Amino acid sequence: MSTVATTEPAITTRGTRASIRGRLQDALPKIVLAPSFVITIIFVYGFIVWTAYLSFTNSKTFPSYALTGARAYQRLWRWTFESDPPSSWYTSITNMAIFGFLYIGICLVLGLFLAILLDQKIRGESVLRPIFLYPMALSFIVTGVAWKWFLDPGLGLEQTLHHFGWTSFHFDWIKNKDFVIYTVVIAGVWQASGFVMAMFLAGLRGIDGEIMKAAQIDGASPFQLYRRIVIPLLRPIFLSAFIVLAHMAIKSYDLVVALTSGGPGGSAWLPSNFMYEYTFKRNEMAVGSASAIIMLMTISAIIVPYLYSELKEKAR
Amino acid sequence: MNKFLSSAAIAVVMMAGLSAARAADVKEVQMLHWWTSGGEAAALNVLKQDLSKEGFAWKDVPVAGGGGDAAMTALKAMVAAGTYPTASQMLGYTVLDYAQAGVMGDLTETAKKEGWDKSVPAALQKFSVYDGKWVAAPVNVHSVNWLWINKAVMDKIGGTQPKTFDELIALLDKAKAAGVIPLALGGQNWQEATMFDSIVLSTGGPEFYKKAFNDLDDESLKSDTMKKSFDNLATIIKYVDPNFSGRDWNLATAMVIKGDALVQVMGDWAKGEFVAAKKTPDTDFLCYRFPGTDGSVVYNSDMFGMFNVPDDRKAAQVALATATLSKSFQSAFNVVKGSVPARTDVPDTDFDACGKKGIADLKAANEGGTLFGSLAQGYGAPPAIANAYKDVVSKFVHGQIKTSDEAVKQLVQAIDDAR
Repeated sequence: MSTVATTEPAITTRGTRASIRGRLQDALPKIVLAPSFVITIIFVYGFIVWTAYLSFTNSKTFPSYALTGARAYQRLWRWTFESDPPSSWYTSITNMAIFGFLYIGICLVLGLFLAILLDQKIRGESVLRPIFLYPMALSFIVTGVAWKWFLDPGLGLEQTLHHFGWTSFHFDWIKNKDFVIYTVVIAGVWQASGFVMAMFLAGLRGIDGEIMKAAQIDGASPFQLYRRIVIPLLRPIFLSAFIVLAHMAIKSYDLVVALTSGGPGGSAWLPSNFMYEYTFKRNEMAVGSASAIIMLMTISAIIVPYLYSELKEKAR
Repeated sequence: MNKFLSSAAIAVVMMAGLSAARAADVKEVQMLHWWTSGGEAAALNVLKQDLSKEGFAWKDVPVAGGGGDAAMTALKAMVAAGTYPTASQMLGYTVLDYAQAGVMGDLTETAKKEGWDKSVPAALQKFSVYDGKWVAAPVNVHSVNWLWINKAVMDKIGGTQPKTFDELIALLDKAKAAGVIPLALGGQNWQEATMFDSIVLSTGGPEFYKKAFNDLDDESLKSDTMKKSFDNLATIIKYVDPNFSGRDWNLATAMVIKGDALVQVMGDWAKGEFVAAKKTPDTDFLCYRFPGTDGSVVYNSDMFGMFNVPDDRKAAQVALATATLSKSFQSAFNVVKGSVPARTDVPDTDFDACGKKGIADLKAANEGGTLFGSLAQGYGAPPAIANAYKDVVSKFVHGQIKTSDEAVKQLVQAIDDAR
């Protein structure tokens, strides 16, 4: 995959119709892939290099190309370790840790749980399945706005329960700087857990019934059955679900904006919000680029070894 | 990952911009703006008609997303691609940024002919003239240091116009005792900082405001007066309802219009909302300067930045600029928008009481040298600094920064970082 294939001279002195055709057929996949490959190289890897370069300049509103050293990184470093009270950047990365951990964790657990329940050959499964899956069809913006209204103490849940007479009920996380990030988790989990459920359900259906029967004959309880046999067999699904959820967590800029507009004093920011704000709204393109590069490096540090070990296992 | 997404977004916007600009017609004014709400759109229609009388067609450059941020991103992409619109709505230091990048046109000839340098306040010229050349046509002047008060509530609690900060607090106390939300505020950083602009001016006086927020003088930023300003902010923020965080400014205005809240501290675009709700000044609502800021005007201004278009499209641009600064358009537009004309020689006959007061105040402030750029609105300092300032104020309001000592330290540090 490292070079773009070019067709070799098609007609040689001894060339026959058949060999041209044969060669063409061999090269066809490469020819078809080449444009998208080139586009990927330029628009993904090219822009990574460009971003990395910009992070060492003092670009403000527009990119500037004079290198000025690692000043942007120094600022991020100081904002990470030496600023008290916490800087926006520090808030962003701690939020990312909280959100990523809870969002992926709860989605996996809840999705698996729902899938196991649905897998009990219950009636009406074909109705329940789309109900759980449906939130995935909504965009994060819609999810965000709907949950914003639902969680707003003046409009949604709290107000409604007050109307019904439960006036001591109190739920203002969305307006609270310390808890606002958890409302993002709630909305995110609501959106994605059905999708994870569908993935697990497909996995469960793919497990050979013979193994289950054999285990049951051996006297395994349902709990043991799932713990010792089914869940280990679902390992590849866990990997796929993890990858999908991780990338959704990292890019969930829109959810934060629609749900919290950044939260009180910017307390719901994720690194993606930080990057966008600094690059495009605050005209500090160098700092924005540096943050993007740090995000990329962090993700690589987690995903690459994980993928590597998983793929190696599969190859064996 | 996000970087790729945003790069892709830029590319898409760029293409949208390109295709828009490519349709360029010599007899056409291409205009990038985000005035899409009812009143604003109606006001822009006046300009469109003026131009069509002279034979120029109007073409809005489409900007997905509506808000000013999306428009500015689109503009950035268009300029990077080298296809300029005839003009774009722009704010403050953005004009200077683009002028510095050498993409703005030159309107000096028209300006001389029309006498702009005499009629437009010097403070605005700081943003519309770069390197001796006119690069933008100011459309209006908004001022920020206003109180908007519901008259019915005011009568009910028996309040009078507050002349000092302490009187304002006493008034808010009265409203609180009467069971009304005293202060309507939207907890977005620009709204909090906009209110803080007024508080600083009130606490420290005009000289101090200028030194701290226009000249960014370190001593003033660190001073006890600044600490006192933050203390005052802490005092006033106690009168906000608990549900204020994240609220849009027009929802806060609606609270005052409906009488749920007594007062909002906001720029005069809030008046546009009152007018749209068919309210009249002095009978339904009251407009006062923020106590202690009488005689000074903290402003921002909408401008039409004029780009360096090819010669054959210049005529359309000149026509646009001339029409923008014509007295008739300035009056018609600003009556609707709530702001005041960007030239001081426009008659105030069509304006309501608040508008008349605004025009008189602007004139006086211009002559007395007390017309200051709002830091919160990006007219006091470049955007990086303005945003750093908004961050600190917002963190103070929402309790991430706990004391005024800490706030001042953070403010100095943040502004220093952003320089």
